[in-house]
Amino acid sequence: MAYVPFADQAHELHDPHSFVTKYIWSQDHKVIAIQYGGTAVCVGLVALILSILMRLQLGFPDTFSLIDPSSYYQAVTMHGMIMVIYLLTALFLGGFGNYLVPLMCGARDMVFPFLNMLSFWFYLVSVLILMTSFLVTGGPTGAGWTLYPPQTITSGTPGHDLGITLMLASLVVFIIAFTMGGLNYVTTILQARTRGMTMMRLPLSIWGILTATVLGLFAFPALLVSAIMLGFDLLLGTSFFMPAVMSAGEQLDYNGGSPILFQHLFWFFGHPEVYIVALPAFGLVSDVLSTHARKNIFGYRMMVWAIVAIGGLSFIVWAHHMYVSGMNPYFGFFFATTTLIIAVPTALKVYNWVLTLWEGDIHLTTPMLFAIGFIFTFIHGGLTGLFLGNVVIDLPLSDTYFVVAHFHMVMGVSPILVVYAALYHWYPKMTGRMMHEGLGKLHFWCTFLGTYAIYLPMHYLGFLGVPRRYYAMGSTDFIPPSAQTLNENITLAAIFVALAQILFFINVFWSMRAGKPAGPNPWGATTLEWQTPDTPPKHGNWGPELPTVHRWAYDYSVPGYPQDFIPQNVPGDFSVSQEDEAPEKEHLQ
Amino acid sequence: MSMLRSVADKPWEYQPPSQETGPESAFGFSPERVALALFLVVVGIIFSLLGVTYFLRMELGDWVPLADPAMLWVNTAVLIASSVFFQWALLACRRDDRPVARKTFIIGGMLALLFIAGQLAVWQQLDSGGFGVQANPASAFFYLLTGLHAAHLLGGLWVWSKTSFRLFREEDSQALELSVQLCTTYWHFLLLLWVVLFALLANT
Repeated sequence: MAYVPFADQAHELHDPHSFVTKYIWSQDHKVIAIQYGGTAVCVGLVALILSILMRLQLGFPDTFSLIDPSSYYQAVTMHGMIMVIYLLTALFLGGFGNYLVPLMCGARDMVFPFLNMLSFWFYLVSVLILMTSFLVTGGPTGAGWTLYPPQTITSGTPGHDLGITLMLASLVVFIIAFTMGGLNYVTTILQARTRGMTMMRLPLSIWGILTATVLGLFAFPALLVSAIMLGFDLLLGTSFFMPAVMSAGEQLDYNGGSPILFQHLFWFFGHPEVYIVALPAFGLVSDVLSTHARKNIFGYRMMVWAIVAIGGLSFIVWAHHMYVSGMNPYFGFFFATTTLIIAVPTALKVYNWVLTLWEGDIHLTTPMLFAIGFIFTFIHGGLTGLFLGNVVIDLPLSDTYFVVAHFHMVMGVSPILVVYAALYHWYPKMTGRMMHEGLGKLHFWCTFLGTYAIYLPMHYLGFLGVPRRYYAMGSTDFIPPSAQTLNENITLAAIFVALAQILFFINVFWSMRAGKPAGPNPWGATTLEWQTPDTPPKHGNWGPELPTVHRWAYDYSVPGYPQDFIPQNVPGDFSVSQEDEAPEKEHLQ
Repeated sequence: MSMLRSVADKPWEYQPPSQETGPESAFGFSPERVALALFLVVVGIIFSLLGVTYFLRMELGDWVPLADPAMLWVNTAVLIASSVFFQWALLACRRDDRPVARKTFIIGGMLALLFIAGQLAVWQQLDSGGFGVQANPASAFFYLLTGLHAAHLLGGLWVWSKTSFRLFREEDSQALELSVQLCTTYWHFLLLLWVVLFALLANT
C-alpha cells in the first residue's frame, strides 16, 4: 500500500484533561519545551552562582574565603559542564527546538510525543544526578570540564571517586535523553511538514535546529564512548586512557593507556558541540533580525548552505583544541587550515546579517537589541578564534585568559544574547502577553555592556600571560599589579551582570500576569507559529485544519502589498513584475 | 533525491500551488523507519569510534592478543538463526499469517536471549582463564565491545517483548507489520555489527 504522508494521516489527539497529564507527564511539545527550558535555566543559575564564587576569589583573593582551591576547581568544572551541556544544549534544542519545530513546520506535534516526554524526564534525571554530586562525600569532580585523564581519577583531584562517577553517569543519561529528543526533531522536520512547506521554505531557525541536532546525534556518541571507557578505567581498573602513573607516592595499577586518545575522543565531540550550540542560535537570530528589520533575510540559500557547511566542517577541526598537547606538525597544519576554512561560511553569515539590516525598517525592540548585540559579540569572539586557530599563536595564548575571553565571547555571551532575543521574541506566543519593553531594554544594556566589561579586559590579561585555571596568582614577577586591579573590576562587572538578570526574571513573571495582551502576531511575523488560531496555541496547534504554505518565510515589505509582511499561509502572487520594476532600476542608475 | 534537488530552489520566487501537492515528506515511508535508520547510523558511529580507539590502543606497547573462545562461533550461529527467524516472521506478517508470525517472532527473540546467555558464558570462561577485564587492554576491549553489543540487543528485546504482546492481540495488521519490520531491521543490523566485531576480535 502506498505510503500516506504523516501530515495526511488521521491522528487521534488525546487532549489532556487532568493537571498531571497536562503539565507534568505531558506529551505536548509546547509543555515539554517549557519543562526543558525551565530546568535548563534553573541549572544554569547554579552555574552562574558558581562563576560568581570564582570571580570573588579571583578579584579579591584575600578578602573572601568562600572557596578553597579544591572547591575552586570544582566550581570551574561544574560551571563549564553545566553551561555548555545542561544549559545551552538543552535550552536550544530541548527548549526552542521542541517549541518551534512542530509550529514552524506546520505539524500538530512531534512525530513521537511519548519519546519526547521520555527525553525530558531522562534529561531531568541527568540533571539530578549531576546535582547530587554536590552532596556526596568529596563533592563534584574538579577535573575541569574536559575531564582529562589521568588527573580526573587520581587522588589529588577533588571528587576523583564519587564526583566523577556521578558526572559520567549523568552524561550517559543526558546523551540518551538527547538521542531520544534528537531523533524526534529530525524525523519531524523531515517527515511531518505541512502541505507546501518545502525544505527551502523552512525558516532558518529550523535549519539551524535540524543541522545542530544531526551534529549532536553524530557527535554525542564520541562523548558516550569516552565516558564509558573512562568509567571502565575508573571503576573496573582497565587502562584504556590511564598510563602507568604515580599518585601520592604510590604506583597505581594502571599501565600503558593513552590520555591523548581520550582527548581526541573528547574533542571529536567537543568541537561539534560548539556548533550544536551556535547553529540554533544562528537560525533563531536570523529570524529575529529579519522580522524586526522588516526585510527578507539576505541570501537565504547561502545561509542554509552555510549552516550545513559549518556543520560538516565542524567534524574535521577538533584537534585545534589540542595544539598544546603536542602533535605532528603536519597535523597541526591540517587542523589550522580546516579551522580557518570554517571561518568562511561563518563570515558569510555575519555579512548576511549585517546586509539584512542594511536599509531595513529597523524596529529597535528588545529582541532586536539582543540580536544586534549578538552580531557584535559574535564578531568579536569569532575574530579572536582566528588567532587561536593558528598553532603558533595558540601555543603562547592557550593557557591564558585570552582563551577564557575568546570562548566566553563566542559561545557564552553570544548564544545567551540569542537566548534572550528569542525569549523576548517568542514570549508573546508562549504566554499571550508582551514583556515590558522598558525593563527589557534596561536588561539588554546592562547585560551587553556588562559582559563587555567582563570579557574585553580578559584579552589584555591574556596578552600579559596571566594563566587561566589558577586559584590565586600569588606573587608572580611578570604579572604587573595592574592586572589585579583589572581582575577586581572584572569581578565587579560580573556581579553587576549577574544581578541584572534579576530584571529578566521580574519581567517574565510580571508580564505573565500584567503584560499587555499580545494578540496572535504582535511583531507582524510571517512564519507559521504566529498564524495559529489560538495564542498560546492549544493542544494540536492548528484547530481542525493544518495550514497550507504558499511562500517562503521572509516576505517582508513586499512592494504593492498593503501590509509589510505576508504570512507563509497566505496564497497569491504579489511579486512586482519585471515591467513594474524597470523604471526604478533606471532611477537607480 | 528530491530533497537534495530542492536545496537549489529559489524560495523567494512565487510557486503556484499544484493541485496534487501533498504534505511535504522527505522520504516516502513512515517516520518510524526514518527514525530507526537515523538511530542505526548513531549506533554505527558509536561502534566505529570504538573500532578506531581499538586500533589506536592496539599500537601501544602492552597489547597482548586474546585467544577467542570457540564458543563465539556457536553464539554467532545462534544470532544468525535469530535473524533468520525474524525475517521469517516478517514474511509471515506480510502474508497476514498471524500464527506463523507469532511463533517465528517469539523464537527469534528467544534465540537472541540465548545469544546473550552464550556471551555471558564466554565472559565467565575468559574470566576463569585469567583474562579478566583488567588483564590487558585486549581483554578489556573484549568485555567492552561484547557488553555494549549485548546492551543494544537487550534494548531491542524490550521492543520485541512489546511487539510480541501485540501479536497476540487483534490489532491492525499494517501497524503490526511495521513493528515487526522495525525489529527485523534492527536485528539484521545487530547481526551485521556482531559479524564485524567478531572479525575484529578474532583477528587481532
